[in-house]
Amino acid sequence: MKNRFNKITTVEKVLDLFHDGGTIMFGGFGGVGSPPSIIEGLLNKGVKDLTLIGNDTGFPHIGIGRLVANGRVKKVIASHIGSNPVAGQLMTEGTLEVEFSPQGTLVERIRAGGVGIPAFLTDIGMDSDFVSTNKEKVVLEGKSYLLETALSAPISIVYAKKADEYGNLIYDKSARNTNPLVAMAGDITIAEVEEIVEVGELHPDEIVTPGVFVNYIVPTEGVNWKWVWE
Amino acid sequence: MGMGIGIRDQMAKRAAAEIKEGMVVNLGIGIPSLVPNHLPSEINVMFHAENGIVGMGPSPEHGEEDENLCNAGGYPVSLVSGGSYCDSVIAFGMIRRGIVDITILGALQVSEKGDLANWIVPGKKIPGMGGAMELAQKAQKVIVLMNHTDKAGNSKIVKECSFPLTSRACVDMIITNMAVFHVTDKGLVLSEVFQPFTLDQVRESTDCSFFCK
Repeated sequence: MKNRFNKITTVEKVLDLFHDGGTIMFGGFGGVGSPPSIIEGLLNKGVKDLTLIGNDTGFPHIGIGRLVANGRVKKVIASHIGSNPVAGQLMTEGTLEVEFSPQGTLVERIRAGGVGIPAFLTDIGMDSDFVSTNKEKVVLEGKSYLLETALSAPISIVYAKKADEYGNLIYDKSARNTNPLVAMAGDITIAEVEEIVEVGELHPDEIVTPGVFVNYIVPTEGVNWKWVWE
Repeated sequence: MGMGIGIRDQMAKRAAAEIKEGMVVNLGIGIPSLVPNHLPSEINVMFHAENGIVGMGPSPEHGEEDENLCNAGGYPVSLVSGGSYCDSVIAFGMIRRGIVDITILGALQVSEKGDLANWIVPGKKIPGMGGAMELAQKAQKVIVLMNHTDKAGNSKIVKECSFPLTSRACVDMIITNMAVFHVTDKGLVLSEVFQPFTLDQVRESTDCSFFCK
């Protein structure tokens, strides 16, 4: 395999980019579409005090939930932690800070961060003190909205089915979920992929994430956890 | 919840009767997931999932599961002919834009004005709202499927919700193990009482007044 853009590397090498106290944005929804080999690498490297931004905290033994269950995380920005009882327990004990955003608002905040929009207006959560407190309200054409701010991160990690050498990505079925948004919102984006092909092998019309958003491509060793339905 | 399979299916069947040809429908977890079992086979409905599926089909046979084709709860599903995948921003865009015709979900409490509380039990559990607020606020029709009372026997249909709200005045229809209500401008309207319950039993178990159709 040629490596004309010097983006293809290994999990071991990209692990140098992660440090204690860092912020990581991750793709995936209930663990589906989260990058298993990078997560495994982060666990083995021992990084801690992380802030995580992503849809949910997976399950204790699945996806990003493994980092949470191993006590490596100090803060999570997510829409849901219900499938990871350890996250709930740590939040109750006060060792894990959790900032909740409604799911659609959260992904839109990530998209906004990825496309250079600082904030947007939405009426989602107006009836909930939990969501609306401490947020700026904006009246537009007589109707009140919440100002929701963009999210981005120094590092994003995503999972894709295929990458070419340039980092153009295609995804696999519902494992796409938040990955195309997260891929845009990282200052550095690392794509863990099932298959790497030469440029020209992906049809330009099928590419979901243009390679301009991807800095590093690493081959995956595949999912190393047992799904809840298995 | 202590409800027998028969009652759960009865509730799911009643909700299924609200689904019409060509609709886009989002189902919550629990009893709502039983709804597709009660749809006529010839009806064309697209089931929507927050993670980015339009056109979800039934769970595959054991051994046929695809780990990359799961519903929003993380369980394997399939895709019907004409179905598609999108990212979560697009999936929620569909909800906010009013493209989802019906959402069928569970609840902790529903008020007589259709206020919904379904995501937080104060002092007990804060799982996060997930996509509940978008669905409750923006689906064209919101149907709640729930047990009429909680484990302690308290009515889950109330004058005012005591739990934190998901969304105000959003519920259109409540289907419980005892009865069916419609939320109207005048208040709650009871339209059906399920066997073996009586109107008096429904009244006793409901913490607010309602009209009878």
